[in-house]
Amino acid sequence: MNEHHIKLPEGSIEKQTTTLNLGPTHPATHGVFQNILELDGERIISAEQTVGYIHRAFEKIAERRPLYQITPLTDRLNYCSAPINNMGWHLTCEKLLGVKIPKRVDYLRIIIMELARISDHLICNSIVGVDTGAYTGFLYVMQYRELIYEIYEEVCGSRLTTNIGRIGGFERNFNNTAFEKLEKFLNEYPAVLKEFENLFARNRIFMERTIGVGPISAERALNYGFTGPNLRAAGVDYDVRVHTPYSSYEDLQFDIPVGSTGDCYDRFLVRNQEMWQSLSIIEQAYRKVKEFKGKDAEVFHADVPEYYLPEKKDVYTKMEALIWHFKIIMGEIEIPPGEVYQSVEGGNGELGFYLISDGGRTPYRLHFRRPCFIYYQAYEELTKGSMLSDAIITMSSLNLIAGEMDA
Amino acid sequence: MLTNDSIKQQLIEKFGDQVQNFQEPYGMLTFEAPKELNLKVLQFLYDEASLGFRFLTDLQAVHYPDNKGRELAVVYHLHNLVANVRIRFKVFTDIQTPDVYSATALFSAANWMERETYDFYGVNFVGHPNLKRILNVDELDYFPMRKEYPLEEQTRVDKDDDMFGR
Repeated sequence: MNEHHIKLPEGSIEKQTTTLNLGPTHPATHGVFQNILELDGERIISAEQTVGYIHRAFEKIAERRPLYQITPLTDRLNYCSAPINNMGWHLTCEKLLGVKIPKRVDYLRIIIMELARISDHLICNSIVGVDTGAYTGFLYVMQYRELIYEIYEEVCGSRLTTNIGRIGGFERNFNNTAFEKLEKFLNEYPAVLKEFENLFARNRIFMERTIGVGPISAERALNYGFTGPNLRAAGVDYDVRVHTPYSSYEDLQFDIPVGSTGDCYDRFLVRNQEMWQSLSIIEQAYRKVKEFKGKDAEVFHADVPEYYLPEKKDVYTKMEALIWHFKIIMGEIEIPPGEVYQSVEGGNGELGFYLISDGGRTPYRLHFRRPCFIYYQAYEELTKGSMLSDAIITMSSLNLIAGEMDA
Repeated sequence: MLTNDSIKQQLIEKFGDQVQNFQEPYGMLTFEAPKELNLKVLQFLYDEASLGFRFLTDLQAVHYPDNKGRELAVVYHLHNLVANVRIRFKVFTDIQTPDVYSATALFSAANWMERETYDFYGVNFVGHPNLKRILNVDELDYFPMRKEYPLEEQTRVDKDDDMFGR
């Protein structure tokens, strides 16, 4: 042995298994997180997850911000369905402040939230398709996610990180273009979704790649704190929209699809069915919105002068509006003391906000219950003993969003 | 029927005056117990057929620097999915020896939640299988969510706190 001889680490020749770093920037992880897999051939012996690559200290930042400035932070949690996060945050504030929201605003919020759910599930399901080798579905449905984003754009001006709505309602009324686009979506999307479903649901290759892959029992799923579609795929019919209705979900009729085995195929089917349910929810809510006549049809926010920015023309002409504008923008409103937990059914589970206020101008403590942070810890149990390629599908069918995991 | 009053009743029957400070902010029953009892209380809430709080919704800590001797609060949000009742349970610990028993044996979900709580507040969960930092870098030598670490540098002069007091 001379100095040109390659030095191998101690014990590396005798080692029978391979260590593989999947991530943090591997395209198959669809986000920045790492899996250190121990492989025997192609079988996974153990997996260790590392998260935190895009940790941005939102909880700490929120302790220095007035309520309205926290909404943009929530955008960046699950960025595939940012409007749900925004609405969840507004609902938390409104619960703390005791604001009563007009029915029309509730229904408009439901429309936006369900559109967001569709776009979230659409991404997740089509990514599962991509990972099983079917790229077409992904490209095909993208144009309808685009349409959903155009609707957001009409309402709030932005697409991905929406910052949609304000405490008390929306920043502006929905314009006609928004409703036209919504109608276009309601007319065209069912056929597309049906076609998307036909591509996958009974496709033999897809079924063989997903059935029995990454399964979890209902009991284990509950113990692991699963929520959302992943829990329902395991057979537990827990949905925050039904269990603790918010934003007038109790006025609408919809079913909660459940699976039985909790494997990737069931997760796919549950998400697909949920999109159908969301469509029906949007239709019902839109019908209810159209029922408002005269002055009621113009309502798009509640009357909360301390938190809802006055109209710009009032700011220029009226003293009181100017004062409120200044106080809100400078964050000089004292929040009433209290302790509140509010959750919404996010794209991938129960998104909770735990807010403690001590009567100051900013939250004393704000904690986000991020569903995918909690259920990602089950990944090792889900993939142990399976093939590497199955582990990839399991990862994408769990709908792991790095932004939400790392807060 | 599982109501806040009946839960409170059963807890008092079992633990006497050890469980205390019952409140109902926004309808959610909130109470606290000594930190040595946290697992006993959680186990009781889990096992007792009439309670059945078997879903750990959330776990986090709060720092109250002015509360001498009980600076850190560990907050558990529990959910009975069948009866659809949520409760909030707190234990307080001092900051010099922030040892709290780990709930990982009861809830697998507690694993990462406790790691996160340790990461940001330094609560030492006794009995945790793998208590190390999760979101921050391993080399970090302080617990950043504690109140003594301000978000912005306090020596800044361009921001007048009288004017922009937050």
